[in-house]
Amino acid sequence: MLKPTTEAGSSDSLEGQIEQWRIYLRRRQAIVPVDVEELEDHLRGEVAALRGAGLSEDEAFLVAVKRMGALDAISNEFAREHSERLWKQLVIASTDTAQPVDKVRTETIIVFALAMVAALAVKVPELFGLEWAARDMPFYMRNFSLFVFPLLTGYFVWKRRLSKRTWAWLALAFAAAVVLAKVYTIETRSDTETLTALHLPIALWLPVGIAYAGGRWGESAGRMDFVRFSGELFIYYALIALGGGVLIAFTMGMFKAIAIDAEPVVQDWLLPCGMLGAVIVGSWLVEAKQSVIENMAPVLTRLFTPLFALTLVAFLGTMVWTGRGIDIERNALIAFDLLLVLVLGLLLYSISARDPQARPGAFDLLLVLLLVSALVADAFALAAIGARISEFGFTPNRVAALGENVVLLGNLGWSTVLYVRFLRGRGPFASLERWQTAYLPAYSVWAAIVVVGFPPVFGFD
Amino acid sequence: MDINKDLVAASAAPLVLAILAEGDSYGYAILKRVSELSGGELQWTDGMLYPVLHRLERQGHIKGKWGASETGRKRKYYHVTARGRGQLAEQCQQWRMVDAALRNIWPAISLPTRSAFSPLPSHA
Repeated sequence: MLKPTTEAGSSDSLEGQIEQWRIYLRRRQAIVPVDVEELEDHLRGEVAALRGAGLSEDEAFLVAVKRMGALDAISNEFAREHSERLWKQLVIASTDTAQPVDKVRTETIIVFALAMVAALAVKVPELFGLEWAARDMPFYMRNFSLFVFPLLTGYFVWKRRLSKRTWAWLALAFAAAVVLAKVYTIETRSDTETLTALHLPIALWLPVGIAYAGGRWGESAGRMDFVRFSGELFIYYALIALGGGVLIAFTMGMFKAIAIDAEPVVQDWLLPCGMLGAVIVGSWLVEAKQSVIENMAPVLTRLFTPLFALTLVAFLGTMVWTGRGIDIERNALIAFDLLLVLVLGLLLYSISARDPQARPGAFDLLLVLLLVSALVADAFALAAIGARISEFGFTPNRVAALGENVVLLGNLGWSTVLYVRFLRGRGPFASLERWQTAYLPAYSVWAAIVVVGFPPVFGFD
Repeated sequence: MDINKDLVAASAAPLVLAILAEGDSYGYAILKRVSELSGGELQWTDGMLYPVLHRLERQGHIKGKWGASETGRKRKYYHVTARGRGQLAEQCQQWRMVDAALRNIWPAISLPTRSAFSPLPSHA
């Protein structure tokens, strides 16, 4: 029950008591701040009346609180009347007085302006004779991150009020990428072109992260926040893409009903502009909702970690039982890279949601099982490839895939060691978290090496 | 005397609507008026009034508006809408009908006097 005179020491005055009562009321999910204000007005009215009848301040307060009724019952009534409040709703224009309204409005305007700029930026190359069609698609694939990542970085630079120096470095990174894209005359549909398309976003995700962390990039916690942000953005982007698909289907269908072909508009405008604008809007949604709605990435991780662990163990078991070796064909290495990426993702998002103080549990054992089986599977694959690499020859694709494998293997190998140490009580969980966050730039650095170094080394082929 | 919970719940909406039909008012004053009208017999748990007000507001029978009290603090005043007045007229008819039916039967039967009831525990 309500104990108005506990906790803080300043509670002997009436104002102090009312403040305590207000805090207590606010903890109820079904009772929102405006309700608290309304109830407070009532409480004050009652207290004043009772004081008028000759009660002391303390007595009046206690009687008034008692007359207000049991908090659980009131809260239940409120919940019944406002059942939507039990579902955490995303309110962009916060009614909370903690965040000034015009700040929220400014941010909304900036975000939509940036999204518009991103949407239009993708149309700019057409002014220079390129076409959003099969002919020039490689150009767009290679450079799409250059259309939107600088804008996304700009958003965070504004939001986090970054210093001029950081700002300049970030701008320099993007400028270098643009210059490189212009200088390198990579042959169309070559290996290095595909590699650039795949690796440039990974390389440029680093400046986005530095801007996102806003001066906290040096801290493990700041980087971990960026990991969480990336995961949520991915999920939001997938959801927005689904919605966009429905929108496109309806647009086409409805215009077809009046015998107008909407495909050119959808193809040339809706799709490319939506794809890029959604990156900005999605990021903004993730920012707005981070403390309102439960993060989805860890939930999915919980769901899929056991399933993937089971699959991997079954795979290894079958392989050993039947004595079949891994059939190394051209793309096997890429498949195993993807497996490692996936395992890394599961590990990373489990770590991101775990309480570092919690004791080792069954889920931790499961993660270690997943890690070990992934490492074993990858070792088999590497052994098989290593034996035949000279036979296949060193193409850019193969070198890149091999490099990725090494980068990922390094991370997962040491992670396993740290995890086992933690399970045996020989080390804190935090060291695993620190290892992961310290490792983050490695992915981007490797990706940058692929983007910058590979085309000249392999003759832009 | 304690009044049956269901009866309190059923009478809450018409009472609030009727009080607001007298003039705009706010939570604490509405409760005072209820107590006054019933000669102090009808005691609501104070906090329970607000979900009722919010429900009536959601149904469009009343409309809330933030204003200031005499001391300058924020206070939410309620005002009955045209729709609310219609609802009140309907409720008034229903209660009259129930009341009339009961009034017709009371003289025909003999009831134990009030003192024969076991005393019920009263609220705070």
